[in-house]
Amino acid sequence: MSKETWKELTIGTINLDAGNSVKNLTGTWRSGKKPEFIEENCIQCFFCWLYCPHFAILVKDGEVKGINYDYCTGCGICSVECPSKEKSIVMVKEEIELAGGSKK
Amino acid sequence: MSTLKTLNGNQTIAEAVRQIDPDVVAAYPITPSTAIVETIAKFRADGLISGEFVCPESEHSAMSVCIGAASAGGRVMTATASQGLALMWEMLYIAAGLRLPIVAAIANRSLSAPINIHGDHSDTMGARDSGWIQIYSEGCQEAYDNFIQAFRIAEHLDVRTPVLVGLDGFIISHSLEVIQVEDDAKVKKFVGEYKPVYPLFDTDRKMTVGPIDFTDYYFEHKRSQIEGIENAPPVIEAVGKEFGKTFGREYGFFEEYRMDDAETCIVVMSSAAGTCKDAIDELRSEGKKIGLLKPRVFRPFPHQKIAEALKKTKAVAVLDRSSSPGAFGAPLFTEIRSALYDYQERPPIVNYVYGLGGRDIMVEHFKDVAQKLEKIAETGKVEEWLGYINLRE
Repeated sequence: MSKETWKELTIGTINLDAGNSVKNLTGTWRSGKKPEFIEENCIQCFFCWLYCPHFAILVKDGEVKGINYDYCTGCGICSVECPSKEKSIVMVKEEIELAGGSKK
Repeated sequence: MSTLKTLNGNQTIAEAVRQIDPDVVAAYPITPSTAIVETIAKFRADGLISGEFVCPESEHSAMSVCIGAASAGGRVMTATASQGLALMWEMLYIAAGLRLPIVAAIANRSLSAPINIHGDHSDTMGARDSGWIQIYSEGCQEAYDNFIQAFRIAEHLDVRTPVLVGLDGFIISHSLEVIQVEDDAKVKKFVGEYKPVYPLFDTDRKMTVGPIDFTDYYFEHKRSQIEGIENAPPVIEAVGKEFGKTFGREYGFFEEYRMDDAETCIVVMSSAAGTCKDAIDELRSEGKKIGLLKPRVFRPFPHQKIAEALKKTKAVAVLDRSSSPGAFGAPLFTEIRSALYDYQERPPIVNYVYGLGGRDIMVEHFKDVAQKLEKIAETGKVEEWLGYINLRE
């Protein structure tokens, strides 16, 4: 996302682009771990949806279907809160690209 | 009709407020600015002004109310001094950062400790990096004139920056002066109708005021804010000229008094400049070629213009009514010394701190400074770059 120069900004920190937080892809904050959804274990309790601080649980037709990685910060709360017998969300290693192109 | 009235500094500000009748006045009384707030409250009670008058629980809240009211789209002012301005400190930065054209009258007073109610410039000098435009007044007439002009400068679309007008505590705020109070309608016309920019009361427009800015936007917004105050000089100049055309008293960035052939120069702001003029008249009658430069606008600092005015002199003394502990000189001195750096030929320069906590400065003190300047001009050498006037040593 290209950002405005100082000359292009609206005076006095005013933001006229209401609802622009959708452009803030908090998924870029993930640093090495991401949640993985295991559909067959899921009991559709919606605890993950309720606890997720970034509304990153994908819901379709009234059912939890996975994770929206554009906004998931990888905090792991969903996985901790998941009450199903076998966890239906587990944290897995994620390869991230570091500035300069090296991988971690 | 323009009339002569005997008023003190606080009353002149209140009189200007009555004539301008801002949408909101939010202020908390503090010596020596109390009478400004008190008189405005009386005007409101007597039905002489129609704007809202809010007296919250502190100066911090007063400036917060100003910020809210200005964001909503109102023309807003306040008055305070000393600890009151200090308590406003974090809100001053927010007013400037949000580019709200709030106008504040400050009856300049010292800061504690030790506690003292008298006049010096410690309060506004402490706010010199807050992003506010700062204009200082020599007397009641100037306080009145500056305060009226402040609205035009603050509200100009290129500027949109808050302005504070300083008047020395007690020396101006409580001293009577016969001043020209201009016609109500003429003042109203000069100030003009207020046009808010992106007011929150415009409910058809969706917007956020003052959202969080992280590493990705804060710097750009700050740079944009700096542009507002950098745009002020031509506006200050034009408003000062128009004021002169309308009311017969023209204003610039500073006043030069008997500077034409001056070999030495004293730089001093506000009320002390009046005393300095008397000293200079006496010294001139003795054949001394000395002049005065009285800065009026301290922020934005007219560095080039002041340097041009001083560069040909043989010695300059900058008198500060505040100190900047640990710094290389008090605020006015550091600005002027720095402004002269670019000039190959520049006069030796010396700093004097005077009048802290309302300590008097008299004609003989200026004469002492003149004598020292004469020696510096002769030798071209500054032996002690910092001195204190009328201090028991």
